[in-house]
Amino acid sequence: MKNLKMKKEFKVIADLLPNNTRVLDIGCGDGSLMHLLRIEKNIEVRGLELNQDNVKECIYKGLPVIQGDAETELHQFPDKSFDYVVLSQTLQAFYEPEKVLKNLLRIGKSVIISIPNFGYWKVRTKLLLFGKMPVTKTLPNTWYNTPNLHMCTIKDLFNFCDEKNIIIKKVVGVNENKTSLIGKSNLEIKNLFSKVGIFLIS
Amino acid sequence: MPSLAGLFFWMNIKLENIKKLKVTKPLKLDCGKTIKDFPLAYETYGKLNDNKDNAILVFHALTGDQFVTGINPITNKEGWWVTALGPGKAIDTNKYFVICANVIGGCMGSLGPKDINPVTKKPYGLDFPVITIKDMVKAQESLLEHLGIKKLLCATGGSMGGMQLLQFCATFPDKAFSAVPIACSSSHSAQNIALNELARQAIMADPVWDNGKYVLKNVQPKNGLAVARMVGHISYLSEKGMQEKFGRKLQEKADYEFSFNADFQVESYLRHQGYAFVERFDANSVLYITRAMDYFDLSKQFKGGLVEAFKNQKTKFLIISFSSDWLYTTKDNKDIVIALNASGADVSYSEIITDKGHDSFLLNEPEFLKTLKGFIDSMYEKFKNEKRI
Repeated sequence: MKNLKMKKEFKVIADLLPNNTRVLDIGCGDGSLMHLLRIEKNIEVRGLELNQDNVKECIYKGLPVIQGDAETELHQFPDKSFDYVVLSQTLQAFYEPEKVLKNLLRIGKSVIISIPNFGYWKVRTKLLLFGKMPVTKTLPNTWYNTPNLHMCTIKDLFNFCDEKNIIIKKVVGVNENKTSLIGKSNLEIKNLFSKVGIFLIS
Repeated sequence: MPSLAGLFFWMNIKLENIKKLKVTKPLKLDCGKTIKDFPLAYETYGKLNDNKDNAILVFHALTGDQFVTGINPITNKEGWWVTALGPGKAIDTNKYFVICANVIGGCMGSLGPKDINPVTKKPYGLDFPVITIKDMVKAQESLLEHLGIKKLLCATGGSMGGMQLLQFCATFPDKAFSAVPIACSSSHSAQNIALNELARQAIMADPVWDNGKYVLKNVQPKNGLAVARMVGHISYLSEKGMQEKFGRKLQEKADYEFSFNADFQVESYLRHQGYAFVERFDANSVLYITRAMDYFDLSKQFKGGLVEAFKNQKTKFLIISFSSDWLYTTKDNKDIVIALNASGADVSYSEIITDKGHDSFLLNEPEFLKTLKGFIDSMYEKFKNEKRI
């Protein structure tokens, strides 16, 4: 189930990326997205990953991956050295997400970020009705062991980009297998019904 | 136990019977001198396939040689990389054709300071030209030509072997499809140079060394050379690894002897390593090879530094470092990764977590060996596909 959902998100990200580009996948995990991009879109991929087992997995698949921490080691990538930088569901786990985001925008001509949406209705109702930190499929951890330090909603990130003069090119909301475009006009409603938000910014 | 002179005589007889290429093409060395018609000793393992796409070149480290695996026919001991290379190993010689050459300046059959100087008809000693890592690498390129290999599937090496590999990739950017530099650095640090100087000074302080002229008398400054080797062995282990291996354990005795014999196990270990080394290695070779390492600074060779050195690289890199290696640290290795990234090269990097220090690349470190195998095997699939297209 988790795998299927992952694939949907990756499918959306893949659709946002033109063929034959250069893409850096931050927190690339076992390389599933990189593999998809390489096979289906002939994209020149690079990954950055902290976990050694995942790094080994990528290397087995012949995918170029650098073992390292995006929080501290993004400086190694030169300005505009990639067409796109992808950050899948990890922005909220950084100590300083703003600093990381700045770095992503420096390295990539464009950036794709996906976030688990804290504004999703089930998340909201769990907190409202039970008075407990929400645990859902997209947010499976409890308050004391969650890696998520800076949870935000699609609306939060939308407003953040506006404030920081970051250009939002496209926002896609994902709920199970459905995807929808998000703009200013439908932001409130989509913020309620999307599990995951995917932003294309520059 | 044969005398040392007798041992060297025997070694020299055996050295006559190993694979050697006579390099006829003149090689202009960095120091300005030129050598030609010189021997380059090498060994190969496995078989080169018909497509010639399964060749792997291994560069050896400071005290290594061309006998990577199996039994070294000169010393009758196991090759230095039996853990990683051989039939069914991470670098599988049932599948790949492996080549390794003795570096020039060395003492396992390639031209070195104990060979006869054609001008004086006597062993070179310190008349041997100072060589560099680049000179070593250029000499080995002739071997690939000789073996008819246009492009290597992979080239690899640890420590000084890694430095040779970086130089090889910078000098010949289209000779290797992939490269795995392990536990190395793009330039020697002050600490690296200091440790090498300690080794050299130990040799030079031995009266037998006699300005390198011991070669004329068929003797060896074994006390100095043994100390030089001990310095090396300390730098190859980590503080924690050494503590765990030896601690304060005594060597086959219940209490202190109140003498200067080897009371502690760690002393006994160092003495053993030191004196075993003098039976197989030439003291002047240690001077020459450590000098080559100290002079190594890849960024100095290119205006614009290390990034420029790797410009237009088509080679796919995997850099591996070991967390407890204080000789060639994770930072040294990451600097290479950063430069490769900045030049847009295809680079992977992995840091293996271990207490075993610099020595890790020679040991049975499962995570390291799995990573090495995974990379080379995946590169082979890619290389075959690329050649087909």
